[in-house]
Amino acid sequence: MSDMTTSMTPGGGPTEALRFHESRDYHPANGTLLGFWVYLMSDCLIFACLFAAYGVLGREYAGGPTGPEVLELPTVALNTSLLLLSSITYGFAVLEMQRDRQKPMMLWLVITGLLGAGFLTIELREFAHLIAEGNGPQRSAFLSSFFTLVGTHGLHVTCGILWLIVLMVQVAKKGLITANKRRLMCLSMFWHFLDVVWVGVFSFVYLMGVLP
Amino acid sequence: MSAHEETQHAYDDHHHDHDDLGIHATFGGYMTGFVLAVVLTIIPFWVVIGHVFDKSSTAAVVILGLAAVQIVVHMIYFLHMNTKSEGGWNMLALVFTIVLVVITLSGSIWIMYHLNNNMMPLMDPSNLP
Repeated sequence: MSDMTTSMTPGGGPTEALRFHESRDYHPANGTLLGFWVYLMSDCLIFACLFAAYGVLGREYAGGPTGPEVLELPTVALNTSLLLLSSITYGFAVLEMQRDRQKPMMLWLVITGLLGAGFLTIELREFAHLIAEGNGPQRSAFLSSFFTLVGTHGLHVTCGILWLIVLMVQVAKKGLITANKRRLMCLSMFWHFLDVVWVGVFSFVYLMGVLP
Repeated sequence: MSAHEETQHAYDDHHHDHDDLGIHATFGGYMTGFVLAVVLTIIPFWVVIGHVFDKSSTAAVVILGLAAVQIVVHMIYFLHMNTKSEGGWNMLALVFTIVLVVITLSGSIWIMYHLNNNMMPLMDPSNLP
């Protein structure tokens, strides 16, 4: 911008030709992160719709099981702690990335992935248990909206774990290059965003669902 | 530790033109966020499991309030949100999303609650013509 104004000054030297373009690109260096943030915000709207659906349908039991009958708080407490721990271990991986220490970073990423996998296993077992008892998503509006909301979150965690594995392969092959660091920061936002959504899930669905 | 950080900063400055991702996470930041998140998770679980409040509505308000605080904590300490990152565009997108989320949630629940209320008398056979 400053280049252009100096060349446009009337008092400029005769050798200085008028230029009507900028000689340098002034795009922000981390436009990818902003773009990814906008994607996360759109994802946020998907979850808002699912939360609204659950808010409307969450007490429509259709003669089926009620919230306190099917929601198990100890399981959810365990799941919540696993996801929260995986958030902080990803944070440690980011810290190691900033110091360009690849091996400890990979170790933290593996731990994060394992915690995520543990979360997913417990959730899938909960789902399998519900379906085996005949309380699948087709049982009532409450269970439909419950499975849709919690299942969509679980699907996101699955995608996050797949992404994590792909990213670890990329880092193992190319090292901590700028592109890989950018990807790691994107996945960091994705992973922490999933934890934010889970805060909404365990508060709105589980804790409020078991209230009398 | 501090000496290491200084050399690290020198390294960062040196590579500033192409290696800077605009986010500088710190161990203290992550740990603060983690401790706050744990506390804000344990309290609502304790409220529900320990039957701290007699009225469900009081417990619900407390749970939702703590969830909102915890989401803000996650946003600040884990997602590194502030008003300056990306020239404020991050925050603008977030505020826009929050407006949409509030409209979606409160609007849906409000309208459907009233719809349910107005439909209820039909469910009672004595009210049928």
